[in-house]
Amino acid sequence: MARTPDGAGGKNTMKIAVSSTGPSLDAAMDERFGRCSCFLIVSPEGTEVDPVNNPCATQGHGAGIQAARLVAERGVSVVLTGRCGPNASDTLAAAGVSVVTGCGGTVREALEKYSADHASS
Amino acid sequence: MRIGIASGKGGTGKTTVATNLARVAAMEHLSVVYLDCDVEEPNGQIFLRPEVKWRRPVTLPVPRVDLEVCDLCGECGEICEFSAIVPIGKKVLVFPQLCHSCGGCRLVCPLQAITEIPREVATLMGGEVGGVEYLQGLLNIGEAMSPPVIRALKAVAPQAELVIVDAPPGTSCPVVEAVRGCDRVLLVTEPTPFGLHDLELAMDTIGKLGIGCEVVINRAGANGEATRELCRNRGIEIAAELPDRRSIAEAYSRGEMAVDTDPDFCDRFLALLRRIEGWS
Repeated sequence: MARTPDGAGGKNTMKIAVSSTGPSLDAAMDERFGRCSCFLIVSPEGTEVDPVNNPCATQGHGAGIQAARLVAERGVSVVLTGRCGPNASDTLAAAGVSVVTGCGGTVREALEKYSADHASS
Repeated sequence: MRIGIASGKGGTGKTTVATNLARVAAMEHLSVVYLDCDVEEPNGQIFLRPEVKWRRPVTLPVPRVDLEVCDLCGECGEICEFSAIVPIGKKVLVFPQLCHSCGGCRLVCPLQAITEIPREVATLMGGEVGGVEYLQGLLNIGEAMSPPVIRALKAVAPQAELVIVDAPPGTSCPVVEAVRGCDRVLLVTEPTPFGLHDLELAMDTIGKLGIGCEVVINRAGANGEATRELCRNRGIEIAAELPDRRSIAEAYSRGEMAVDTDPDFCDRFLALLRRIEGWS
């Protein structure tokens, strides 16, 4: 009955969603979470890349909440973004998705930094 | 007679027109109710300075989910247009500030796991000054849902010979809620490109509501010709022009009213009142 997406099993299946301005790893990150143009859902090594359009970008209200649902439903366990509002944070937390804010540069750079920080900890 | 005072653009002089009109109508011994429906920042009291008689809270019903009963079926999240109730993981999140209190989630819940609890969002205040019944709503800090507060304010307003509804700026839901039920709307504008642009939007909005409107040009001068032309093209009459005058701006900055400051302005507002009386 539990429909909780459980993508965080092993390191190989862990998915990371990065808020992005475009569909490639070399696109600049979109600092906004809820209203970013798209999410790149990737493996930490950046080998598998799944660009997902963000239909919430133009939503009048509740964009952060819906974007959080979108990434949670895709089995994402970590979100890399610039800023994330309180409603989106609450929704991601309820879904068991962790969030790293303050990211910037290209999607690739953000992933590399995340991997480096992760490896050293 | 219930008159809405709206504008489109902010800062054109809605409250100046509404409060001065209320003051001259009371001077002419009409029973007057002034409703400050700009519940985000009601400022009619700065000028009318009413003696406060009562205050009461406004509450809105928001859902509460009994997770002992809920089986996370997701129906409530499906029906909510505003993401105010979100079943996710093993929880149902409620975002009260996004809730429009429609009650849909409670109705669709197959297990009756949802009840509604009142949430305080604003305070209504009533008072009196010089023959004017003053009423206002004021949203609590951080609240955004003004239409239900405006509705609550209108619901407690007494009847009078002249009810003046001071609307919020803009052309969206709060304005629509404020002017709904008015017999006529005065659109207050200023002779600037922004004033003109938003006046046209306001004309469209009020027109869609099927309410007749006239225009008041505030801070009028030689540059008012584009506004006059727009009114001519739209077949909308100009009810009054209030000249741009430094002494009025100075009085305003002290929280004083134009009709108390300048006999010429008093005459202009009396003429506007006569015109309004002619509508009924």
